[in-house]
Amino acid sequence: MSSSAVSEAPAEFAASSATFLHAKPLAAIFTGALIVAFFGLVPLLGNDYWLGAILIPFLIMSLAGLGLNITMGYAGQASLGTGAFMAVGAYATYNVLLRLPELPLPVSLLAGGLIAGLVGVIVGLPSLRIKGFYLVATTLAAQFFLEWMFNQYGWFSNYSTSTSISAPRLVLFGQDLNTPVGRYLLTLTTVSVVALVAWKLVRSQTGRSWMAIRDMDTAAAIVGIPVAQGKLSAFFIGALICGLAGALWAFAYLGTVDARSFNLDRSFQVMFIVIIGGLGSLIGNVLGAAFITLLPILIDHVADRLFGGAIDAGQLENFQKVLFGALIIWFLIKEPHGLAALLGRLLRRLQAIASR
Amino acid sequence: MSFFVETLVGGLLAGVMYSLVAIGFVLIYKASGVFNFAQGAMVLCAALTFVTLTENGLSFWLAFLVSLAIMIMIGIAVERLVLRPLVNQPQITLFMATLGLSFVIEGLSQIIMGASVHELDLGILDVPVEFGPIQLSQFDLVAAATAGLLVAVLSLLFSKTRIGISLRAIADDPQAALSVGIRLQVLMRIVWGVAGFVALVAGLLWGARQGVQFSLTFVVLKALPVLIIGGFTSIAGAIVGGLIVGAGDSLAEIYLGPLLGGSVSTWFAYVLAVVFLLARPAGLFGERAIERV
Repeated sequence: MSSSAVSEAPAEFAASSATFLHAKPLAAIFTGALIVAFFGLVPLLGNDYWLGAILIPFLIMSLAGLGLNITMGYAGQASLGTGAFMAVGAYATYNVLLRLPELPLPVSLLAGGLIAGLVGVIVGLPSLRIKGFYLVATTLAAQFFLEWMFNQYGWFSNYSTSTSISAPRLVLFGQDLNTPVGRYLLTLTTVSVVALVAWKLVRSQTGRSWMAIRDMDTAAAIVGIPVAQGKLSAFFIGALICGLAGALWAFAYLGTVDARSFNLDRSFQVMFIVIIGGLGSLIGNVLGAAFITLLPILIDHVADRLFGGAIDAGQLENFQKVLFGALIIWFLIKEPHGLAALLGRLLRRLQAIASR
Repeated sequence: MSFFVETLVGGLLAGVMYSLVAIGFVLIYKASGVFNFAQGAMVLCAALTFVTLTENGLSFWLAFLVSLAIMIMIGIAVERLVLRPLVNQPQITLFMATLGLSFVIEGLSQIIMGASVHELDLGILDVPVEFGPIQLSQFDLVAAATAGLLVAVLSLLFSKTRIGISLRAIADDPQAALSVGIRLQVLMRIVWGVAGFVALVAGLLWGARQGVQFSLTFVVLKALPVLIIGGFTSIAGAIVGGLIVGAGDSLAEIYLGPLLGGSVSTWFAYVLAVVFLLARPAGLFGERAIERV
């Protein structure tokens, strides 16, 4: 009986490594095709509406999802402060652009991200003592406090009289990026670079210790993983990425810096992206962001086509809300491990068909 | 000095209103470990149902009973359609599901009963009552008394009845509770029904205070710090937390607000809650989890 258990294990291991080897060229081709499509074809084919109103917010939200997924999916520290981190990134980048105009754009963006990361470390400090939903609630303190602070003190918005301030021009190497294609490429490049770094990071020692802390921090501490350092670094990296996303949201999407666009709803939205996409999955962020940002647009268009003008806008909005909520519940029940798990199953099935 | 006392007592009474919402959370969290974000939507739904019924000519008690029946049916439906398929999922997934649920309940209530603001008159006059040098609102006093009564009844339910003892068994160890023959699903329905009742009471009092409208759902955000301070699993904690948040909030608004040059009420309760948490990581009355490796 025990011998069969022993002989089974290596066979299973061999099988899984075989599919892994098999999957690698497929994944490489897939990634290559995606890069060509998104960098080359989309700007050529897409019109301004598609780029400006659909693709840019979708990409930025997947970036924000990536940030939260580092903190929550990899290191297990759930946070509802995402909107606040995005706001910090946006306001910090705005002030760097305003006060140090000689810096090139990527440096200003990175500076904004780093400041958001430092705020993330401060917000993450309670995680050393507090766990679970109590921790989620402490991140809410940051969410409400920072939102209030940016509205309250004029220094952050350069004493602008209106609550929203227009963003400075985006210029890189003398090129004006303030066209839909330019803003799209800026967003896409940032997202790709950050995703690549994150991909390397979660496979490094840092990433492994994050996952150990997520699975059980007491056990991780016992085997000698520096838990405090791990939690805080996860908050730092997560908030940094969210800060970049916030800066892009303000500069590449809205064109204004406005604390109201980084409210609690935004935090919830990003958390939906992470949960629906898949905790601890990088591709999951993209899938989750597609679900969360594209689905309302789709529902909007379908409802408009079906009932356009027949019922009033308020009722239509309520219908959309019900449908969206019901889809989220249905989805969580059908696939609690997220769209990434669904995609994995699909790929394995395709492979099984191909290798037959 | 009397101004300070008046602010303090006024804050304490307002805090009781927060506790009312927080108790609904505690009931469900204690029994099933679900952090039910839809509690705010339930408050809105209950108040809207009640107002719609009374506006159509039903008497107070009839409307109350019908609303209660509807809230209990919603509770049963939620248990059957949302929670049972999600059994054994991580807490954060359940939390997200209740967020989706709150969209559904908010949307449906407004589709059926409209989104306009309704006046709700419970027949309690909001006149100041004098206690020596200080004045208090009669409405606040009635609300506080109602909340106190509710807590007393719920405490009795939890400590003296068979249902309460079974609930405590489930909260302690669901597996063991099931193996001695406690019917988990029936109890879950009861808990959601009681939470619906609490939502109705909270909805009536809050609705009478600020009108029955969509912003009723935001009381959830006021109830959260109350929960954190009191602990997610303690009804007494919800009351004490409510008093602390209410008093802290109104004192901060008067004394701290002018110093910072603006209204601090959006975040002060949360910062207060974090300070409490740093001292007591599971709230004042929450149960500390013991971890085994």
